[in-house]
Amino acid sequence: MKYWRKPLDADRCKSPHGEIHIIHDRCKGCGFCITYCPRKVLEFSKDFNRKGYHPPTVVKPEACVNCGLCETICPEFAIWSTKVEECAVEQ
Amino acid sequence: MSSKPPAVLTGPHYWDGDYACAEGAIAAGCRFFAGYPITPSTEVAERIAERFPLVGGTFIQMEDELASMAAILGAAWGGARTMTVTSGPGFSLMQENIGLGVMTETPCVVVNVQRGGPSTGLPTLTGQQDMMQARWGSHGDYEIIALSPSSPQECFDLTITSFNLSERFRLPVLLMMDECVGHMTEKVVVPKPESIKVLPRRWYRGPRDKYRPYQPDADLVPPMVRAGDDYRFHITGLTHDQRGYPVINAACQNLCVSRLVDKIRNNADHITLLDEQDTAGADVVVVSYGISYRVATKAIADARKKDIRVGSLRLVTVWPFPEKRIRELASKVRCLVMPEINLGQMFREMQRATVGTGCRTLLVPHCGGWVHNPNDILAAIVEGTK
Amino acid sequence: MKEIEPVERHPHEEYLRMDRIPHIWCPTCGLGTILNAFITALKRSDIPRQDIAIVSGIGCTGRTAGYVLMDSFHSTHGRALPYATGLKLANPRLKVVVISGDGDLVAIGGNHLIHAARRNMDLAVICANNFNYAMTGGQFGPTTPETARTTTAPYGSYEHPFNVPFLVDSCGATYVARWTALHVRHLTTCFGEMLNHKGFSFTEVISPCPTVYARRNRLGSGLDLLQFYRENSVIRNNIDTRECDIRFQAQMIVGKFVQKEKPTYLDMMNTYLAEAVGKKFVPYVGPMDPAKE
Repeated sequence: MKYWRKPLDADRCKSPHGEIHIIHDRCKGCGFCITYCPRKVLEFSKDFNRKGYHPPTVVKPEACVNCGLCETICPEFAIWSTKVEECAVEQ
Repeated sequence: MSSKPPAVLTGPHYWDGDYACAEGAIAAGCRFFAGYPITPSTEVAERIAERFPLVGGTFIQMEDELASMAAILGAAWGGARTMTVTSGPGFSLMQENIGLGVMTETPCVVVNVQRGGPSTGLPTLTGQQDMMQARWGSHGDYEIIALSPSSPQECFDLTITSFNLSERFRLPVLLMMDECVGHMTEKVVVPKPESIKVLPRRWYRGPRDKYRPYQPDADLVPPMVRAGDDYRFHITGLTHDQRGYPVINAACQNLCVSRLVDKIRNNADHITLLDEQDTAGADVVVVSYGISYRVATKAIADARKKDIRVGSLRLVTVWPFPEKRIRELASKVRCLVMPEINLGQMFREMQRATVGTGCRTLLVPHCGGWVHNPNDILAAIVEGTK
Repeated sequence: MKEIEPVERHPHEEYLRMDRIPHIWCPTCGLGTILNAFITALKRSDIPRQDIAIVSGIGCTGRTAGYVLMDSFHSTHGRALPYATGLKLANPRLKVVVISGDGDLVAIGGNHLIHAARRNMDLAVICANNFNYAMTGGQFGPTTPETARTTTAPYGSYEHPFNVPFLVDSCGATYVARWTALHVRHLTTCFGEMLNHKGFSFTEVISPCPTVYARRNRLGSGLDLLQFYRENSVIRNNIDTRECDIRFQAQMIVGKFVQKEKPTYLDMMNTYLAEAVGKKFVPYVGPMDPAKE
């Protein structure tokens, strides 16, 4: 996240963090999660799944804040995030 | 302490068929009604609208007959005993959802107080012209149960029977009244509540995780649950398997639809109700139902005065058609005469049932709007002796 | 195609009939998203799961009832609302949710829609509007915008479409909203509010239909349509529903338009009859109880 100056409590603040789980073979390659992830954590994988689609793959795991948008927007119930330990706020 | 009016009005009454039908429903435990006014059935709805708030029922007048039929199906799954009433034009509107009721095996009662048709026809005058529609009105292959009362007393009694049959066989049961029986006022004796046999719903009693909505018992009828008890069941009008899930192929269609049909056909003996008089040794038997039976009794009495050996077979159950008994009689008598207030509907079934027996069949038709002249029935009886 | 058993389970799976997943909806169709948001809202709600019943009609959206692991009813075309009415009145403890499509609810079911809204029947209605009859191949319906191409309007539709929020608002609905399949956060909140709302609540969810509507009108995939919604939907809460017309590929107003309290059908019935009938009034005895028979 970009700040115009460093917040005074930056060292004390922790950002929520999430871990992405993907059921690859359930994905139908719609791209909703990839397009609308606010932290641009996901991209289309180069691999195919069994249905012939490119499921998402996590490219910036450290950026996920466990917002759950991918979990709710996915029409196939193929992706979700779980809460993991908070990490430091990024510059 | 105020006394609330009882649900069952034990004692003798002077009611018309419509009122008797409404009281029969209340006596049978019906506590949800959704309907739409249509002559000559409106009095049933009116009586229920008046009585339900006194006996703990919910009455709703829906916006049309399609909604009425859909509402009584939904309410049955909510756990209520449900009924609707209508006449010809409304009956036509209800057909799709009657099919849904048959396919989803939803118990409910649909009363058709028949009038002259087709189309708007004769709203205030009698007919028996929806008999085939009762059997074939909805699309697809299915069997249905339909009863035909001949008096206000029977309107009371057979409404209760209709509820019992619908619970026993899990399908909409049609009570095919007609305007004459519906608007005719006669003595109706209502028994004590404890004498009235009301069949409880066939509830599922097995282990919760083993529940399958359409897994039948030995008599081909599956037990039922209601919404809200955490069974998490799915009901659909699509062809479905035992789990209730749609399976769109011929194999499933064969299993699903065959059972719906066999459920009734195999149990026809338990459904068929007949009123037979003096058929032993008869030359001619008058086969009739509904108001036509009442007129036929005059013709039969007159025929006996002419020393004609004539008997009467009254169809109380009209569907499934009692072909077994008709066939038995056809092999013993010379002629079967059927008066009906239509141009030949149940008559065709009777003809079909007598194929190969050599028995003659005579129809006494009537276009509707009034009952037969007994002399016309008498003439057919006389003709039948030749 | 048989799925390889995944090792992990999606958090919503306990609310889904997993023996019927994957569902039949097309890739980039918005219906899966709407179902997802609904389950999210259900999980956050404190209504016991057994008290919720889902009724749907016929069509792509109508298939929703078959995917939720709850008491669910797939009724006939257009008749989900009266079916749900009967279900609710027979067992008033139930919270009945109707999930159906634009054609099912507003065309063939139109009569039932206006009366259920008029009665303020306690039902939550989610109308997925993809502007056509998708299941049957993409025919136009009463919500199809003018000039849009469909199979039965191959040169473009020339009928005035409904402004659905205005329609239900004018009939007396007490909660009216419109969102799109993109607005998942708003949808989740909205569905949660609808579950708690007493009375007739109605949300129109604009949903992409990639395979028929978008294809015939060259609008791209469902993702392209979601992008269109993002750029062209404007949130105007509490706006007069008269302003909420939708024209073909033009700006759409979304938001929560109406939220008010009014006695429901059952409130009216019970209060009125208790007073009018007096001491002799017997309230509805409730559904038959298997435990007592």
